[in-house]
Amino acid sequence: MADFGFTIIKPRVIDYDSNDRRIAEYIFEREPSFRLCIECGACSATCSAGNFTRFSLREFNILLKRGENSYVKNELKKCMLCGKCTLVCPRGVNTRNVISLAQEAFIKLNGHEV
Amino acid sequence: MNSEGKKRIWSEYQKEIADDHFFYVRSCIRQSFFPGSEQFFLNFMRKDLGKDVFENPSHTTCTGIGYHGDIVPFSTTMTVVARHFALMKESGYKNIAISCVTSFGIYTEILETWKHFPEELEKTREYLYKATGREFDIPENMAHTSDIIYKFRDEISARAKYPLINRMTGEPLKVVEHIGCHYSKMFPKYGIGGAEFPRVLSGMIESWGGEVVDYPERRHCCGFGFRQYLVQANRGYSLSNTYKKFNSMKPYKPDLIITNCPGCNMFMDKWQYTIKAMEGTTFGSAGDSIPVLTYEEVAGLVLGYSPWDLGLQYHMVQSEPLLRKMGVDFNPDDKYKTKDGKNMPVPQNLINS
Repeated sequence: MADFGFTIIKPRVIDYDSNDRRIAEYIFEREPSFRLCIECGACSATCSAGNFTRFSLREFNILLKRGENSYVKNELKKCMLCGKCTLVCPRGVNTRNVISLAQEAFIKLNGHEV
Repeated sequence: MNSEGKKRIWSEYQKEIADDHFFYVRSCIRQSFFPGSEQFFLNFMRKDLGKDVFENPSHTTCTGIGYHGDIVPFSTTMTVVARHFALMKESGYKNIAISCVTSFGIYTEILETWKHFPEELEKTREYLYKATGREFDIPENMAHTSDIIYKFRDEISARAKYPLINRMTGEPLKVVEHIGCHYSKMFPKYGIGGAEFPRVLSGMIESWGGEVVDYPERRHCCGFGFRQYLVQANRGYSLSNTYKKFNSMKPYKPDLIITNCPGCNMFMDKWQYTIKAMEGTTFGSAGDSIPVLTYEEVAGLVLGYSPWDLGLQYHMVQSEPLLRKMGVDFNPDDKYKTKDGKNMPVPQNLINS
């Protein structure tokens, strides 16, 4: 392809309509308490992994619901599944299970099962 | 339904366009890249409608490209435009017809500046007098040439030989109208329909039988942007604008784009080639690109002028698919022939040909 010395800058607009929400739907179906999340950030405040890295479960949950899957997949590896977030959640969301189900969903997505 | 209020409000969006005796000022880009457009305007006004349109060969650039490129100071631009007004005064004309949207924007900006800052007008009079010994009057009526074609659109419609209808399906052609930003976005009162409802091109399309495409980025800039384009390293900004606009119109499968601005016409035409060369994307139906024509070229096609006399072969995106849809009778062998029958060099890498 021709090189003219400049490029087409891809827009940085997030188009939620075109995002893939299959991972989020998979979790909602199996862990309905995830719908109760109000993104307060109590989980992030107590997070062992977040204490030492940039990992934020609050951010993770928001982007998971929006279908920003490439970010979510990358962050998923940082969680140690200690479960402190579940203990402090004011809405009783089983956040530990959300992470587990997300891992499961990505494996199934790769195997074309989701 | 009571429509009086609506009519009153809409009347505020109209502008007065002179009927005759125009002092015509050309466009730098149009006379270089789409020379048939200005020629059509002059022929149509003078021969078909019998109007008086005067051109002065001493007319120069308005400095618009230099001004928006930040290399010409505003006081210089005002003095150059004042000289145009002086030429108009010397020729005995009071109505100015401007071929270029950039110039139109410059003229409106200057008239508004003089209105709100009369001391600038006095300074400009002094500069011009000292430099050239000339004096000038502010024009009584200022119209862009698309305003004038809009005014006479029904005359064109009445003489139409090839209306904007797809002869193969009988459906109206889907036409994207693109109005230059400097036509009415800066000073809305100078444009028909203002900045919110610019009517100048959609009025022509509807009058000539076409269907106007209303797509999300309809009022988005073409991507010219002067400074963004003039520096090569910045051209990605310009191109990305155009790319966004074309992606937005693509699902509506437009048959044709009409513009009233030289820069928009040039960029929407040539960037289609660039995008195709860079990543192989086209935006028209069936893998074609979308022809981008000036309102005069479209008016000429509707009236039955030869597409080669209108200069359609000078565009990057060739118009043959459109001509076939409209049922225009044309001879491909005449495409690159001069008036005396000689063959011109054939450009390389044209699209849709």
